[in-house]
Amino acid sequence: MNAAAVNVATGHDPVAETAPGDTLLYLEDVTVSFDGFKALNALSLAIAKGEMRTVIGPNGAGKTTMMDVITGKTRPDTGRVQFGDRIDLTRLDEAGVANLGIGRKFQKPTVFENLTVFENLELALKCDRGTFATLLARLDGSARRRIADMLDLIGLGEHRHRPAGALSHGQKQWLEIGMLLLTDPQLLLLDEPVAGMTDIETEQTAALFKELAGSHTLVVVEHDMQFVRELGVRVTVLHEGSVLAEGSLDHVQKDQRVVDVYLGR
Amino acid sequence: MPEADRQSLMTPRGWAAFLAVGFVLIVLIPVANRLVTPGGALHLPEYLVPLIGKYCCYAMLAVAMDLIWGYAGILSLGQGAFFALGGYCMGMYLMRQIGDRGVYKNPVLPDFMVFLNWKELPWYWHGFDMFWFAALMVVVVPGVLAFVLGWLAFRSRVTGVYLSIITQALTFALMLAFFRNNMGFGGNNGLTDFKDLLGFTVQSQPTRVGLLIASAIGLGLAFLLCRWIITSKLGRVCLALRDAESRVRFLGYSPTGAKLFVFVVAAMISGVAGALYVPQVGIINPGEFSPANSIEIAIWVAVGGRGTLAGAILGAFIVNAAKTWLTGAAPEVWLFFLGALFIVVTLFLPHGVVGIVRDWQARRSAARATVLASTRPAEAT
Ligand SMILES: Nc1ncnc2c1ncn2[C@@H]1O[C@H](COP(=O)(O)OP(=O)(O)OP(=O)(O)O)[C@@H](O)[C@H]1O
Ligand SMILES: [Mg+2]
Repeated sequence: MNAAAVNVATGHDPVAETAPGDTLLYLEDVTVSFDGFKALNALSLAIAKGEMRTVIGPNGAGKTTMMDVITGKTRPDTGRVQFGDRIDLTRLDEAGVANLGIGRKFQKPTVFENLTVFENLELALKCDRGTFATLLARLDGSARRRIADMLDLIGLGEHRHRPAGALSHGQKQWLEIGMLLLTDPQLLLLDEPVAGMTDIETEQTAALFKELAGSHTLVVVEHDMQFVRELGVRVTVLHEGSVLAEGSLDHVQKDQRVVDVYLGR
Repeated sequence: MPEADRQSLMTPRGWAAFLAVGFVLIVLIPVANRLVTPGGALHLPEYLVPLIGKYCCYAMLAVAMDLIWGYAGILSLGQGAFFALGGYCMGMYLMRQIGDRGVYKNPVLPDFMVFLNWKELPWYWHGFDMFWFAALMVVVVPGVLAFVLGWLAFRSRVTGVYLSIITQALTFALMLAFFRNNMGFGGNNGLTDFKDLLGFTVQSQPTRVGLLIASAIGLGLAFLLCRWIITSKLGRVCLALRDAESRVRFLGYSPTGAKLFVFVVAAMISGVAGALYVPQVGIINPGEFSPANSIEIAIWVAVGGRGTLAGAILGAFIVNAAKTWLTGAAPEVWLFFLGALFIVVTLFLPHGVVGIVRDWQARRSAARATVLASTRPAEAT
């Protein structure tokens, strides 16, 4: 099946023409400053379709700001943020970016605390997001099944009727990941997904991400080096808003500049 | 609120309570007033009919307030403006119904316009001689205003206290505007001296009973509409907005759309409440736009229990009954009482009267459980 056929078959798929291995997300010379302080400084980064990439860097390196720029929360002062072949992400707002199939997990797990686990997933499930469509939406059998499957995958089946606020930190992380997956994303941006998880939960998360890679594109920000090693993919080191080093974990850990940055010199 | 409450329109117990209250307002009260002979023990005094009708209008206002504040977290302190606008639309219809029975006997111009030496009806008074047009404007005028204001505010992500201030400013500005004689709404005195409504004499007791029934039906419909909205997926999006607005955005929903929808619906309900209110009290004047009125609405909802529609209705009835009684018994105390009430509720009763009832039920069932637990071993031995 050629790329054009995919595009027709899926209606309006902005990135269908991007073949696996092509660049899906491209940041070029992105600069963001807050009152003169450059949180991102001429940052350039390319992520291929189906790739999983880990991003590390000391506190304040600009990792979260990078995600803010990609997801339309923060407008860059200069630079380009491109998704697929032609889409300029800097022109869209958060909802617009999300509806392109870009899902984001926040650094601090963010779920709807007063809604139940089930309702959290219900709201996340991909569907028409229009106001009137939402007003008239009813859960059909296939939607319920997808939610039930997701509850199994994230291990929260028995908690489905509990308010999400009553979950443990690790469980909230998983719920948020489950919510992201139900939006059918192309690109997943995960900001410190295993913070607060037990070792076993961390291992399970690594296994899940490895399974997702290939069919999804993942950008994982993490401080937990054990987890980064477990994922075993290309690592980008951010420092003071730009890329300091890139390569395998072993490679960047041998880099003297990276060592200096982490030891605070 | 438990999940079950959010999925179906109402529980069987909820329906039972809904129908019982409806029966009292629509059947029992009219019967007790009209069919029981005056002087009988079961006779309902005449003055109570428009009073209860008025409370029903306030309760509609409270339901609308709860929809936006209790569920979507929008603390609008300008709901009184939508109420007053609906009231003015109805007042304009009632003024035009007077025809040549006014003091100046002008068949077209209301008295206050003749008094101001106006020669013809301002363009915006046209059409209000027709009931259907006035009824339409009762929802359209507040709805359009809410849409424009909401669109500007929500799109620029104005939330919290800033939104409260903007809405207060709106109602204050409208009050000043309506006070002006050249606005063409009767200035200071507003619109009054109504004669009839759809051919019925406004002041007659049967009409008042009819207006009470209409207000009770209006309240019931407003309740069902809001209940339908909050049990829809959009209702859960509203609750989610209160918890984590950014998460909602990043899931691809537009908070602007959801907020705008409930804000406009609430404004329309408030407009209808105002339209039902005006013929029962016989007057509408710029005082209805007073910022304090809008703040009072928030207090009713807080007292009854924010986030439950039944609580909002209860709060409107309780606070207004207290107001009726206190302003009669000791008028100078009322404002202090209202202030104190608000402080007590915010500090000690975050879930209002409904919260007290729920706590009490929970404690009673817990007590029953411990009684059961302590009697069982005794039986065993
Ligand atoms: N809205 C803002 N206003 C001002 N400064 C900001 C803002 N957001 C981020 N910063 C600053 O930009 C820098 C980069 O922040 P960012 O949150 O991107 O770091 P990070 O790499 O995610 O760090 P961490 O590992 O602690 O999460 C920090 O110095 C931070 O204080
Ligand atoms: Mg961060």
